[in-house]
Formats: sequence, structure tokens, C-alpha cells
Amino acid sequence: MSGGPRDHPLRRMILMRLGIGLFTLLVISVLVFLAVSLLPGDIAQQILGQSATTETVAALRRELGLDQPLITRYFAWIGGILTGDFGRSLANGRPVADLLAARLGNTMLLAAYAAVIAVPLAVTLGLLAALWRGSWFDRCVNVISLSAISFPEFFIAYILMFWLSVRLGWFPSMADPGANPSLADLLGKAFLPAVTLVLVVTAHMMRMTRAAVVNVLGAPYIAMARLKGVSRWRIITRHALPNALAPIINVIALNVAWLITGVVIVEVVFVYPGLGQLMVDSVSNRDMPVVQACALIFAAVYVLLNLIADVLAIATNPRLLHPR
Amino acid sequence: MTLASLRQIPPTALLGLVLIVAYALVGILAPLIAPYGEAQIVGDQFLPWGGDYLLGTDNLGRDMLSRLIWGARNTVGVALLTTLLAFLLGSITGLLAAALPGWVDMLLSRLVDVLMAVPSLIFTLLALSALGPGIWNLIMVIAVLDATRVFRLARASAMNIMVMDYVEAARLRGEGTWWIIRHEVLPNITAPLIAEFGLRFCFVFLTISALSFLGLGLPPPMADWGGMVRDNAALITFGDSTPLLPAACIALLTVSVNFVVDWLLHRASGLKE
Repeated sequence: MSGGPRDHPLRRMILMRLGIGLFTLLVISVLVFLAVSLLPGDIAQQILGQSATTETVAALRRELGLDQPLITRYFAWIGGILTGDFGRSLANGRPVADLLAARLGNTMLLAAYAAVIAVPLAVTLGLLAALWRGSWFDRCVNVISLSAISFPEFFIAYILMFWLSVRLGWFPSMADPGANPSLADLLGKAFLPAVTLVLVVTAHMMRMTRAAVVNVLGAPYIAMARLKGVSRWRIITRHALPNALAPIINVIALNVAWLITGVVIVEVVFVYPGLGQLMVDSVSNRDMPVVQACALIFAAVYVLLNLIADVLAIATNPRLLHPR
Repeated sequence: MTLASLRQIPPTALLGLVLIVAYALVGILAPLIAPYGEAQIVGDQFLPWGGDYLLGTDNLGRDMLSRLIWGARNTVGVALLTTLLAFLLGSITGLLAAALPGWVDMLLSRLVDVLMAVPSLIFTLLALSALGPGIWNLIMVIAVLDATRVFRLARASAMNIMVMDYVEAARLRGEGTWWIIRHEVLPNITAPLIAEFGLRFCFVFLTISALSFLGLGLPPPMADWGGMVRDNAALITFGDSTPLLPAACIALLTVSVNFVVDWLLHRASGLKE
């Protein structure tokens, strides 16, 4: 590639991906916004109930700005969100931003806690299973991970709670850390939810890592290296791993979806005050502004992580810079 | 299937097959096997195991065993129906996209991209809060979101077939798009779609169970396993493992299906690793 650092292909690629990511977010925000218009009647009717008179509904509609055209409302809504104003909860009238602020940190902590344990564990297990393909280790890991994938998250959560917390009393069964907990306290309380997430995510991630590495190990240049008499260790570290890195990074990003899904359920099981629990409660109450805000945050995190993974995968595999 | 070929099935897949048949039988014969009705209140709340009620009673005094048996019918039935709908929708649109490159393909693919850009549970929660609870809303939302995965697979597999010479030949002799899809493409992509059906079923089944567990799934008093875990979860903290039973029913079925699918995929890929 010719040219100075200004039109460096990697930078161009990152900018392009960033653009695609932003566009995806824009489309998602439109979808999330439109979800309200799926409501039978509208939000004003929803708040006041069926018995409200036409005048009061019309008055509330004016107050909420529902008499404006859809497109004006969208820009008002998205503009508010970009400046940190998510509207007010229908259930208790509090600003949604306040509700979110208290819980977003908790959820991030739980997800990060799980990811820090799960990622190295899954990659190591996946690598070993791929290397010792067909061995008893591979078969054991295969059966265990297949089972863990098949279990509903709440089953794993309750089994852990039943044995580790109720029977053995090692960990608290309720994960509510209370106000202003210390970090050690927080990590102790969040241990069982985090382990549940680790089990679910590791199973998925490990299987995909194994598949990615098996794929690379089947490539002709690996056979060539082996025939040349290159040591096993060197084949793995110098030939296989650099090429498997891109797919492994993608696998990790893909599994963030499982982490997000898992977080919602695990938070409900362990009564952990996070975003997932807030979202589920709001769905039952049909508190649309809160549901929309939660959906948007989860979506943004997911898109962002996928974006980072994309960029990292490209950075580790220069061939991807020039898509055919 | 002869006895000899039956013996070639690995033990895990065989176990899976047997269990799937057992679940199907229990689901179909539920009204005959279940000792009590689905929503029938038979005694006090949270009775222990044994006596008249083999597995005790639940939080409203309904027979646990009967509800487990009815649950096989409700939960699995709804999941199966949803998967079928998702397959119908996904494979028809996927085949259309493959057969009609151009704006149809473009439009459908971009739509699917957007729907897949967000974890499906989040979209499901959003849609359910807008549409409100209800069994048909649940089925439709999950079917549409799951159809996206089927669409991707059907489109990709069909694309590979569409470039074959025999499709070109059929086109040249004047066959219509629909004829080509039915006679040339569909028979060639059935194998991957069948394996996908198993995986999709597991996914749908787990999603519905999770939603029921969150209190957003099948409406009460229908017996369904996810909801039963939720209703009786308080027992766990008292050291009673009864709420784990419905969860175990869910897990056992998905494990069985996964074992069978794993074996099918293995056989289809012809790998002996």
C-alpha cells in the first residue's frame, strides 16, 4: 500500500466500520422508537386507561407531544437521549435517566466480572480440545459444554444457588449489594450470578473456539510445517494461533450476545439490581420509556463490542483489509 | 431403520432419540396420564413429596406431577409451533431472496441484518412490552425473530444451488422461479435445514421457557415449565429442590435434541474426528 499515514488502510477500515456501526445504531433507534406506535391506541390512552374521557386523553396527548408528527417526535426523542434525557417513567414518574444510572454500573460490573473469568477459560479449553481432538478430554469437554448450552440459564443459576448457597452456605443467595458496598463485598455478593454467566458463556465460546482452531489446523501450511518436522509447540504458537486469532476474537464478540441474554435472567434469579431486572419489570408494567431506554443501551453495547471485535480481527489479520 | 443401523448410532444420540420419543408420548397422552387437571387445586400449598401427590403441590396447591405432565404438552407444543412458523417464514423468504437477486434480496437481507444486530431477547422484550402479553403475540414475535437465522441459512444454501448448471438448464428450458425452487433447490438444501430445525427448536424452546420464567411467557394458569420454576422458586431458599424439576425437564429435552443434532451434523459432514 502506498500513501502516507493519512490514508492508512487500517484507519480507513476503522472509519468505515465506525460509520456502519453508527448507521446500525440509527436504524435500531428508529425501530425502538417505532415500538411505541405498535401500542393499541397510544401511550396517553395507555396511561389513563379505557375509562378516560376524550378530552383528558387529548390534553395528555398534547402534554406528551403526541399530537406532533412522528418524525418530529423521533428527533425530539433521540435529541433528548443524546443529551442524557430519557424521558420519564410511566410507572412512577421519575426520570428514566436516574433509574438507569443506579443500575447500569451494577450490570456492567457483573458482565465484566463474568467476562474476565470466561474469556481466558474458554479460549484455553477450546485450544486444548482442538489440539487433543478425539481424546477423552475432548469428548468430556464436548459433552459437558453441549449440556451447559442446552440448560436454561435459570436452571444453572438455581442449581448453584441450591448447592453452594442453601445447602453449603458458602455464598449469599440474594445478590443485592445494598447501598455503597465495598469492592470486596460487591464481588462476593455477585459471585454466584457471575459464575452462572461464566458457565453459560464459556460453553458457547469454547465450542466455537475449538471449531475455529480445528479449521486452522486443517490448513495445508500446518500439514507442511508438521512434515518439515517443526515442533508441536512451535506449530501452535507461530503457525496456528496467529491465524486463529481473528476467528477467536469474533467468537468472543458473538458470545457477548449470550452474556447480555444471560444477564437479564441471572439478575432476576439472584435479585441483582441491574439493568436486566429493570427491563423485565418495566416490560411487565408496560412502562415503555424505560423499556426503550434499556433496549437502546443493550443494543448500543452489543453493536459497540461487535465493532471493537471487527476492528481487532482486521488488525490481527491484514488480509481482511482488502475484501474481495 | 434396521437393527444394525440402529447399533451404529452413538449412545448419546440414541439416548436423545429415546428421550424425545418419551417426551412426545407424555405430551400427546397428557390428559390420560396426568392424575389431576392442569389448573385443578387439589390440596394445601407446598405439600411435601409422597402420599396422594407424588411430587407434592405447588404455590397454589396444584398437583406438581400433573402440571409437569401438562407442561410437556403446553411448553413443547408452543415451542414446536413457533419453530414451524419460523421455518416456514424463514425458508420461504430465504429461497425467494436467493431466487430473485436484486431489490428483493437486498431488502430482505438488510432487514434481517437489522433484526440480528441486537440480541434477540432484547427485541423480544421490546416487542412484548409494546404488543402486550398473550400467547399469540409471543409466538409471532419469537417466530419472526427466529426466522432471521433460518433466512440466512436457507439463502446461503440456496445460493450455492442456484449457480449449478442444472438450475441454469432448467431456467433455459423455461421453468418458472417457483418450479426451480421446488424441484431443484429445495431437495438439495433439506439436509442442512433439518439439522437447523433441531437447533432452532432448542433455541425457541429455551427462549419461551426463559420468558415464562420472567413472567412474560404463556399466561397462567397454563402449566408451563419456565413459569413453574418462577412460581415455586421460593422453595429453593428453604432447601427444597422441587422447583428444579421443571427446569430439569427443559434441560433434559434440549440436551436430547442437541445430542441428536450433533450426531446428524457429524454424519452429514462425513467427518470422523
